[in-house]
Parts: sequence; structure tokens; C-alpha cells
Amino acid sequence: MAFLEVKDYRKKFGENEVLKGISFSLEKGEVLAIIGSSGGGKTTLLRCLNFLEIPDEGTLTLNGETLFDASEKKQNTESQIREKRLHFGLVFQQFNLFPQYTVFRNITLAQALLAGQAFAQKKREFAAARRAAPKEKRRALKAEHRRILAEIRENQKRGIAEKTDALLERVGLADKKNAYPYELSGGQQQRVAIARALALSPDILCFDEPTSALDPELTGEVLKVIKGLKSSDSTMIVVTHEMEFAKNVADRVIFIADGRIEEEGTPAEVFGDPKSEKTAAFLRKSLEELF
Amino acid sequence: MFWQISLELLQGFGVTCLIFAATLLFALPLGLVLSFGSMSRFKPLKYVVKVFVWIIRGTPLMLQILVVYYGPALIFHWGFLDRIVAVVVAFVINYACYFSEIYRGGIESISKGQYEAGQVLGMTRSQIFFRVVLLQVVKRIVPPMSNEVITLVKDTSLARIIVVEEILKVAYDFTVTGLIWPLFYTAVYYLVFVGLLTLLFGWLEKKLQYFKV
Ligand SMILES: Nc1ncnc2c1ncn2[C@@H]1O[C@H](COP(=O)(O)OP(=O)(O)O)[C@@H](O)[C@H]1O
Ligand SMILES: [Mg+2]
Repeated sequence: MAFLEVKDYRKKFGENEVLKGISFSLEKGEVLAIIGSSGGGKTTLLRCLNFLEIPDEGTLTLNGETLFDASEKKQNTESQIREKRLHFGLVFQQFNLFPQYTVFRNITLAQALLAGQAFAQKKREFAAARRAAPKEKRRALKAEHRRILAEIRENQKRGIAEKTDALLERVGLADKKNAYPYELSGGQQQRVAIARALALSPDILCFDEPTSALDPELTGEVLKVIKGLKSSDSTMIVVTHEMEFAKNVADRVIFIADGRIEEEGTPAEVFGDPKSEKTAAFLRKSLEELF
Repeated sequence: MFWQISLELLQGFGVTCLIFAATLLFALPLGLVLSFGSMSRFKPLKYVVKVFVWIIRGTPLMLQILVVYYGPALIFHWGFLDRIVAVVVAFVINYACYFSEIYRGGIESISKGQYEAGQVLGMTRSQIFFRVVLLQVVKRIVPPMSNEVITLVKDTSLARIIVVEEILKVAYDFTVTGLIWPLFYTAVYYLVFVGLLTLLFGWLEKKLQYFKV
């Protein structure tokens, strides 16, 4: 069984069926490129993978675990969905950085909140343990617990800071750690957004046209970072209009048209010898746009 | 004579400040509750709140003060509220409605992408509101809020319609004895107060200039 298996994903908005049964699988460490003309449902598919939209039908299996099954409505409460989301990361076309925070804080915020929750949990456990302990021992326990908690907090802080510094190094923005988003170029903002998504170590990182909102001269730096992630064994799904990028970086390519997978294969198969006439027409058209 | 009158006006100004402070204290949070109501996905609640806001914003505050003060006594034959309490109740309701519209505008101006970025990072709804959205909203609403708060300073003079001894009422009472100048002199109090508020809001705006939304 593959690392990620999506089966028969369907999604309707009112009467408009946007995903008409999408099934695909992906191995760990692979890069999947999704291409297709606009309105085909690529964004909707990524949003479904990240549970920003809930599919009407279909199942999703990750690492052998059924993460989502549309027929079981009960298991999809808000907090359950939130946990599932952590398996996936999403980099948006429009970056969506938090403007009031520095680059560093943008990357650490979600981690810090999760760490805070873990810390609070530990604190509650300790408090319960003290209540259960005999009275004369409580005072000693309290001191002990206080010491451990301080240590936990210290480790959390250091861990997050070290990880963030490494991420900033990786996206080439170590010198922008304390800058605010408005002080950065689009390409730099998108690289911060990538670091922010990586910070939670998602199993699968999704990109929705990560360079479409950028000036042409800035796309290169972002694509280079994504390419760099491939060598570090990240599993990625990239919706893109950059055919060269898809050809060179992707292990597999999916062409989506009108809510269906029209063509699927290695880059050589899809780009070199498309089986479907729709795919061929799309590829011809995107070539023309290039010149 | 001048100091005597200054002091009496200052007492009236104390009442003015009391109405001002009590109104802000209650209307600021109540406005937030109303704004959530007017954005609710539960349609009946949304429309009830919207109609309520329309009525309050569509009628004079002076009328609302009269209704709060005389209404319960005339309609239900209850006793009268304390005058100052009636004034504060009317002001709180009125200003909460105005604030709610400002809050709503601010909250709705935040792009969906900010919420979604928080969601895909595993944040809870309240974490997204307090950690991501709130400060951006505050930055956006400081200018309209400053207008509204400055208007409130001057609106307090409406309280004299039910004989609350705020500064303008005190000054007006002097005219009966033939003294006109205290009435004009009240402007000094208002101007100083509004001047301080202007400085405060200017400072706040500057504080929030470190980022751009
Ligand atoms: N939230 C939504 N409500 C209604 N229709 C939507 C929504 N999101 C997307 N759609 C529709 O779904 C279709 C596919 O959109 P999208 O997934 O953005 O395609 P792509 O990313 O391939 O351009 C479009 O026709 C779009 O209008
Ligand atoms: Mg799209």
C-alpha cells in the first residue's frame, strides 16, 4: 500500500460538482506535480487534502491509517479535523503570512501554541499527581514539578528556536529573521511561508501555484527552494503552471481537467507522449504561452 | 468668582467623565458581542441583531434616553431608574451598536487567507482570532473608533434632557442668574479632554505602525 492513497474524492459546491472522483497514490519522498487549466479543481483538491474543505465522498489513507472516510461523519469534529490537518502542510498562492509578526514569529507561532498545549497538559497531570500524593509529600513534589516544568519550557523554547534557525538557513533567509513581511519581496515572503509550513514537519507538503503571484524574476528562487526540499526526502504535491519545473523535479505528474484525472504518469510519459487528446492540447497551449 | 465657577463646572465635568467612562466600559465589550451576533451563521440571531442595530442607529440618542428613563414608568408603571443610570444604559446601548458596526467592518476586512493559514497550521478558532486576526482588526479600527469616542465626549451633553447635572447643564443653570460666560467657558473643558484623547489615539496609531496589513 502506498504512503498516501486518495480514493474517489468528490466535492460539490451547490450543484457544481468540482471534483468528480479523484483517485491517486503517492510514495514517501515522491514529488507529485498537478497540472491543468484553471477551474479544473486543482485548488479544491489541495484544500480537501488539507481539510479546508470536507469532501462529500471518498477516503484518504496515510501511512496505512485511514485518516478520512466521508461515510463516517461522526469522526470529523472540529478538533479531530485539526489533528488530521497536521499531517499536511499547505503553501498558498498568496503567501498569507501574518503581517504583525516577524519572520521568526511567523514560523514559530503554531509550534509555540502546540508546545503550550503540551505544557499545560503536563502541568495538569502534575497537579493531579500532587493531589493524589500524601499530604506531607506534596511540598517536596511541588518543588520537583516546578523544576521539571521549567526544564520542559526551556527545552521547548530552545528546540523551536534551533529548528527555526535551521529552516531559515534552508530557505536562504537567515538574515531576515527579524524582518516583518511587508519588508520582504514576494519571493522572500513565499520562502518564509514554506519555512512556516515545514516547521510543523508535515508528512506531505502541498503547494498551490506557489509562484503564480510572483514577478517572473522571483519565481526562480522559490522553485529552487522547493527543488532543494526534494533532496531532503520531503513528500510533496505541487500544483503548478511551471511545466519545466514539473518536468525536471516531479516524480509523477497528474493532469486534471474538469474535476477528473485525465492523464497520469511519469514526466516523460505525460510530457513526451500524452495519451489523451485533452492533455496534448493543454501542453501545446502552455508551450505557446511560453513564446 | 471665576475659581468658584470653574470648580462648579469641574463637578459637572466629573459627571460628564463618569458617563463617558461607564459608556466605554460597557459598550466596548457589548459591541463585540453584537458584532458576532450580526455575523452569526444562525440566521434568526443575525437578523434580530441587524434590526436592533438599525433601530438604535436610526433614531436620535436623545429619544433613546427619554425612552429608557420614562418608558418603564409610563408603560409598566414601574419606578423611575436613577437618572444617571438611565443615561448610561441608553448610551451603552447606542454606542455598542455603533461600535459593533465598526468591529464588524474590521473583522470582515481581514482576508480569508489569514484564517486558512491559521487553520492549516493546526490552530483552534480562538487561537486564530486572538493570535492572528485581533491585532490586525485593532489596527484597522483605531481611526473610526477614535472618531466615535470623540463624538461620545460631546454627546454626553444630551444627558441634561433628563436633568443630569453634567457640565453643560451646570453652565446653563448659570444663565438663569444672568451669567452667560460659563456656558462658553465649558468649551475649554471639552477641548482639553478631546485634545488628550486625540493624543492617545495618535500614540496608539503610531504604536501599530510597525506592521502593515
Ligand atoms: N468555495 C467555493 N464555492 C463555490 N464554488 C467554488 C468554491 N471553490 C471553488 N469553486 C469552483 O470550483 C471550480 C474549480 O475551482 P478550483 O479548484 O479553484 O480550480 P483550479 O485551482 O484548478 O483553478 C471553479 O469553477 C470554482 O468556481
Ligand atoms: Mg487554483
